[in-house]
Amino acid sequence: MDLTFSAEDEALRQEVRKFLAETLPPDLAQRVRLGKHLSKGETEAWQAALSARGWLAPHWPKEHGGQGWSVTQRYIWDYEKSLAHAPPTVAFGLNMLAPVLIKFGTEAQKAYWLPRMLNGDDWWCQGYSEPGAGSDLAAVKTTAVRDGDEYVINGQKTWTSLGQHANMIFCLVRTANTGKRQEGISFVLVDMDQPGVEVRPIITLDGDHEVNEVFFTDARAPVANLIGEENQGWTYAKYLLTYERTSMAMVGASVAALGLLKDVARTETKGGRPLAEDPFFAARIARAEIELENLKTTTLRVVAAAAAGGAPGAESSMLKVKGTEVHQEIRSLTRRALGPYALPYQPESLAPGSNAEPVGPDYAPGVTPAYLNSRKLTIYGGSNEVQRNIITKAILKL
Amino acid sequence: MDFNPTDDQRMLADTLRRFVAERYPLEARTRLSGAAPGYSTQAWRQLAELGALGALFDPELGGYGGGPDDIAAVFEALGSGAVAGPFLASLLSGSCLASVGGEQAEALLQAIIAGDAVIAFAHQEPGSRYELGRVETTAAAGAGGWRLSGAKAVVSYGDAADQFIVSARTSGAPDDEQGVSLFLVPAGAPGLSIRGYVGVDGARSAEVLLDQVEVGADRLLGVAGGAFEVIEKATGAGVVALCADGVGALDVVKDMTAEYLRTRKQFGQPIGSFQALQHRMATVLIEIEQARSALTNAVAAFGGPRVSRERALSAAKYTLGRVAALVAEEAVQLHGGIGMTWELPLSHYVKRLIMLDHLLGDVDHHLERYIALGRAA
Repeated sequence: MDLTFSAEDEALRQEVRKFLAETLPPDLAQRVRLGKHLSKGETEAWQAALSARGWLAPHWPKEHGGQGWSVTQRYIWDYEKSLAHAPPTVAFGLNMLAPVLIKFGTEAQKAYWLPRMLNGDDWWCQGYSEPGAGSDLAAVKTTAVRDGDEYVINGQKTWTSLGQHANMIFCLVRTANTGKRQEGISFVLVDMDQPGVEVRPIITLDGDHEVNEVFFTDARAPVANLIGEENQGWTYAKYLLTYERTSMAMVGASVAALGLLKDVARTETKGGRPLAEDPFFAARIARAEIELENLKTTTLRVVAAAAAGGAPGAESSMLKVKGTEVHQEIRSLTRRALGPYALPYQPESLAPGSNAEPVGPDYAPGVTPAYLNSRKLTIYGGSNEVQRNIITKAILKL
Repeated sequence: MDFNPTDDQRMLADTLRRFVAERYPLEARTRLSGAAPGYSTQAWRQLAELGALGALFDPELGGYGGGPDDIAAVFEALGSGAVAGPFLASLLSGSCLASVGGEQAEALLQAIIAGDAVIAFAHQEPGSRYELGRVETTAAAGAGGWRLSGAKAVVSYGDAADQFIVSARTSGAPDDEQGVSLFLVPAGAPGLSIRGYVGVDGARSAEVLLDQVEVGADRLLGVAGGAFEVIEKATGAGVVALCADGVGALDVVKDMTAEYLRTRKQFGQPIGSFQALQHRMATVLIEIEQARSALTNAVAAFGGPRVSRERALSAAKYTLGRVAALVAEEAVQLHGGIGMTWELPLSHYVKRLIMLDHLLGDVDHHLERYIALGRAA
């Protein structure tokens, strides 16, 4: 057994740290740390900086503009980015659609869409969930009917993250109603900049606008935008979800969140002493930290197993369950650490570019929203109940 | 043994519930919370007329209740409607006034009961967390009165108040239980500044700064330096109120979630037919009943000796904090994405339940207090 990273991997870590130190503006990192919202332009500018270094999609093969990094290297990259409080990159194109395109797309599709992702020409969003198809994703009803060399699309998608910024959406659509439900689904890329596509905001309980409903009324997509074969979309959808879940271990994000929790606990006082020195609270932090340390190794073990045989299988469900629950616990503890100042609702302090004077300490405005927002983690990307079902069936064979 | 409310309590609770459901819906509350005072003053007066405030206080003081079971009955009804308004503030201030007594205090109490005056309880400070005896705001005696300086944190409905009851140190170290005094300070006093805001739970609060605020000698409430007992007693009444508010909200959240499990279909059947979800809902039910029993224990111990009373109060607040978080989080999870939306009334109950733990002491505070009180006994 050897739990150390190779010299090559450690060299990459140093290179990444140097790059982040030189490229990531400290005030931007601070805003990410405090849970403030970034504008579309700020996210795009950061992605452009990564792209200029060739690190916007380092997990892609070199032939497509990536670095061909191993899963371990990718883990280091994600970890270091989170630790430095770098803005998250928009995953829908880079981490979800791209692997599907690379594995199942035509040469023409790869040649057209992948460079556009690296150039920041397209902002992608995900058209999976529908009002009647959440955990039961195969129940999608949005239809795509062939009309010459186009599909005509009708229906509704929901929980579309950052759809308000997007110009492109990849959709699961129904192209057949015969046979098993999973057999009539196709995977189609749809231009959102057309009259038949309408995006409506959904405001979440923290008051934020992150997710949307997307309505399709005779929207059109060229048949050239079909990925793989018609009615085989379920295969591609599942492949994408496995990729999505691996990143849902959120190890880097949880390490960063734990850092904030400790800072808050060192600053807040209880009985005139730092809260971090209170045995009750110290025990709570320690429990979360131990879980996270264990999860780091669990993640690396799954990653190492996957390195040998491509994308991980049902093990990624394990990472999703534990990773989201650990993250929620850290966010919950941070809220608890804040004491009475968890109460003021301060959305104006979180708005892009805001300099609003916070009520309470500077970290106060983002803490409760981050806690509330974190409740989505065990719901999306296949709820944790669905993940446990997958583990039960695929690993335990029950 | 009789665990039921009296007929009067039940009638009042039913009346309040009906009024809130028909006349003061959640949408109105959310709409009004953005600016001071943050609630419907008309609904406030009507609720006062129905007896929501009078029931919190003793008949000798102009009320028609005042027992812990009366307080619980009112706040459970308010919690089930997620009602906004300075009810808790009025209970805390009114309890202080009732404890100190005297002509001035009794006149103010009657104004509270009538719905004519809103008096906020400005006790908590930025560094005090939930510790009742830690007061760094100072009051210095001068010619003909007192001069107050300091900062008060997250004062419930501080931007709706006509007056404040401000705790300030007149002697002793910052965390000394002795040496704390209460003063009556009008909202317009020179040197007093108020920054109001809405809370995550939809109720308003304010930061209150006192910069050399001068009040007359007659504005000292009770004995100088002897306010700790008064504050502890008021906080105890507040804990009963918050626990009852929580129980009211928990029942609503449980019903909403059970209804969703019955109606939401995935995989061709109601999701409530899945055993994994059924068992979690059963746990929710069991824990809510435990919370209700914790409240019952606190109500029963309220009139008893200090240690058993305060231990039961801490036990109740600890239990409510734990169960409220559990049920709130389970309710969102069992609803799925829709439970995350502002549009669904559920999410507002959820936030109220989560924020319950940030008012008058969280689970850690009360667990520790329970242990310390037990050690002392």
